[in-house]
Amino acid sequence: MLAQFGYGILVVTFVVALYSVTAAVFGYFNKSASLVESARRSMLLTFPLLSVAALSLIILLVQGDFGVQFVYEVTSKSMPTYLKVTAWWGGQAGSLLFWSWLMSAFASLATLRKWDRDREFLPWVIVVANVTLAFFVALNIFFENPFARLYQTFDGNIAAYTFAPANSMPFAPADGRGLNPLLRHPGMVIHPPMLYLGFVAYVVPFAFAIAALVTGRTDDRWIRITRRWSLWAWLFLSFGLVLGGRWAYDVLGWGGYWGWDPVEIAAFMPWLTGTAFLHSVMIQEKRGMLKQWNMILIILTYALVIFGTFLTRSGVLSSVHAFAQSAIGPSFFIFIGFTFVTSVGLLIYRWADLKAEAEMKSMLSREALFLLNNLLFMSVLVVCFWGVIFPLISELATGQKVTVGPPFYERANSPLFAALMLLMGIAPLSAWGHSTVATLGRAIWKPGVFAVGITLLAYATYTHNVIALIGFFLVALVILVTLYEFWRGARARQKTQGESFFAALARLTGRNRRRYGGYFIHISMMLMAVGILGIELFQKETQGTVQAGGTMELHGYTLVYKDIAQWDDFASGVNYTRAVVQVYKGDQLLTELHPRTDYYYESQQNMTIPGVRSTIADDVYVLLVDWEPASAIGATFKVYVNPLVNWLWVGSLLFLMGVIIAAWPEEEREPSAVRAKQNAHQTSAAD
Amino acid sequence: MGRSKFILGGLFILAAVVYLIFSSTQSSAEYFLTVDEIKAKGDTVIDKSLRLSGAVIGDSIQYDPQTLTLTFEVAHVPGDNAEIEAQGGLAEVLRAAAADLTRQRITVVYVGPKPDLLRSEAQAIMTGHLGTDGIFYAEELLLKCPTKYEEAVPEQASGN
Repeated sequence: MLAQFGYGILVVTFVVALYSVTAAVFGYFNKSASLVESARRSMLLTFPLLSVAALSLIILLVQGDFGVQFVYEVTSKSMPTYLKVTAWWGGQAGSLLFWSWLMSAFASLATLRKWDRDREFLPWVIVVANVTLAFFVALNIFFENPFARLYQTFDGNIAAYTFAPANSMPFAPADGRGLNPLLRHPGMVIHPPMLYLGFVAYVVPFAFAIAALVTGRTDDRWIRITRRWSLWAWLFLSFGLVLGGRWAYDVLGWGGYWGWDPVEIAAFMPWLTGTAFLHSVMIQEKRGMLKQWNMILIILTYALVIFGTFLTRSGVLSSVHAFAQSAIGPSFFIFIGFTFVTSVGLLIYRWADLKAEAEMKSMLSREALFLLNNLLFMSVLVVCFWGVIFPLISELATGQKVTVGPPFYERANSPLFAALMLLMGIAPLSAWGHSTVATLGRAIWKPGVFAVGITLLAYATYTHNVIALIGFFLVALVILVTLYEFWRGARARQKTQGESFFAALARLTGRNRRRYGGYFIHISMMLMAVGILGIELFQKETQGTVQAGGTMELHGYTLVYKDIAQWDDFASGVNYTRAVVQVYKGDQLLTELHPRTDYYYESQQNMTIPGVRSTIADDVYVLLVDWEPASAIGATFKVYVNPLVNWLWVGSLLFLMGVIIAAWPEEEREPSAVRAKQNAHQTSAAD
Repeated sequence: MGRSKFILGGLFILAAVVYLIFSSTQSSAEYFLTVDEIKAKGDTVIDKSLRLSGAVIGDSIQYDPQTLTLTFEVAHVPGDNAEIEAQGGLAEVLRAAAADLTRQRITVVYVGPKPDLLRSEAQAIMTGHLGTDGIFYAEELLLKCPTKYEEAVPEQASGN
């Protein structure tokens, strides 16, 4: 009953969303405020409706109604309740519903804002949000119904149907298949929602951009309204990416965190355009330039978000050919094509209105360096996109399927990342409008000398690897330049306001959150870069089989295999095999590690949990690979030493703090057009 | 002067990116081949980076935990998706491939931990190269189990 009810609610939501779109369009063209208001209200209605549908699904999941196909696929009796709830996004049908639910929540939040000055945007924001919503709800209704039930027809076949077929009996298996054990990790429980929050939040700036294009109000109003939206979207997306990396490191047992597989890249691509967008909107706000470019970036981000949702969702992705396998594949491509062509059409229609108000003069001005930053992000995007579609291209061109692996991305992207780091070091010192080599040189030489000093120190004490040294130099340069900027700003305040240094530093950051939050993010990214350089360039590994009491050596560490134990946990249907390994450095016992293998009876799947000793210098990462079940005397281990990898996680946490600083609400200053114009003529480096 | 230096700079970046993409593509391209194609091409693909997909033959799996050397055979499965669909889907194709003794098979050697999902009728996707001895030396081994696919659900349900 509840399943049919939930499906019914989905259908109602679909109709309401379509009505809302229609009312908004007619309301706009007939200048009928009441029709637009009706559209707004029906938009607000979609959130409670989808909440009811979602609640129905959650109840089915928690109750364990295995007659519902989705419940059967993602839960089982032995799973704890919180995992049954989060199984909501553990499969395709459920996660599409989750997407729609978030979409309606964000759309409602956006429509609840004060619209006073921006009334004309409202109908088109509603149209974009609800067209997107209607598409995702339609996927649930027509292709991936999370409420479909299993039926057995008289010839014995069992399949899932939305409506009972003729001559059939409902079928309810005794237990479900359960969530893939690999996904039962806290990181994996919140990783997809974070990515989705990021994806969905990007729909809002896109909706305002389209509204600006349709209504012809092409000043920077849409950017100012959605500035905070794009920052939060970026925060969630970044957080989702980091969590995914951490999950891979903890669970997948290959000692790595990022494998350049198409699903990861799918989530990475909107992050790239989103990051470029964050930077380039500042040029439009300050200088009235790059208006067309910002439109292109947000349109691309939206398209990549939809594309990313599809890629991360279709699960069976090993090659581009998986697209065709999924029932929802063609619909996604049609939808992406439709929205993309429409947006680009609108952009071309308004192209002339989006002309820059100022001209870029100096190659070293802040805006030119921001433009370069954008070009580099787009280059990384092109590299990633090329890597993903290359198999398709080569097959069309030569008939031979050829693919490119991680070495491609690493080789092509490394110089681009290095250039981005160099920019991060230079750009904060440049001035809007005009900078010269001389002015920049005066600002950069002190941090530059220090960075060279640190690099020489690294050469003397740590490594002779050239790539690592270049990396360390850039990291040092960026961190020093950025700290120097904080120091310079705080000192200036200290002098003029007579505050203590730290009070001045806090006020400075508080007054200009986006700028100093951004610098904070730059520093955190450099810490992450240290971790990435460490694990990519200096990772050591060994493997071997040892007897109880035997030892293995790696990179100055001695590992002693003590013993192994095996036991069953009947309640959760898992068999644990746990080894005890002591880690020594010289004669000193550092710690005891417990690498494990969990065997899930239900899904007949192993899960390898590493034992990790984590310090700021390196991680000792031990995997239990195999053992002799009868005598329990010999066990096989794979051991990694991952230098500096913790800097990646520490940097990630600081990074998130930085985004929160930048995105934290502050009082909206009067953003009138006059002010924007004034800014356009200012060329001070201070702002 | 003003405009042209930006255009020049842009062209320079464009050229650099195009160079990076093409040189990296060439140096890291992997050729997708089926077992039949590898057998047919033989010596001509030695030393090239290859990506091979096949159905695992359960009886052939041998693992030496001392050296971490894993040896097994894979049977030919079609590379073309439409063909797989026409033959009843991936699960069915893998089952047929593992059972069919007349299919071409190739021996695979992989050094490393034995993957949890390695079992009969699993789809193995391997990256590596073909040795002069006709053995495929895999550097990377990825496994997919047909039972994990959603399409296999109803059958499993009826089996319970």
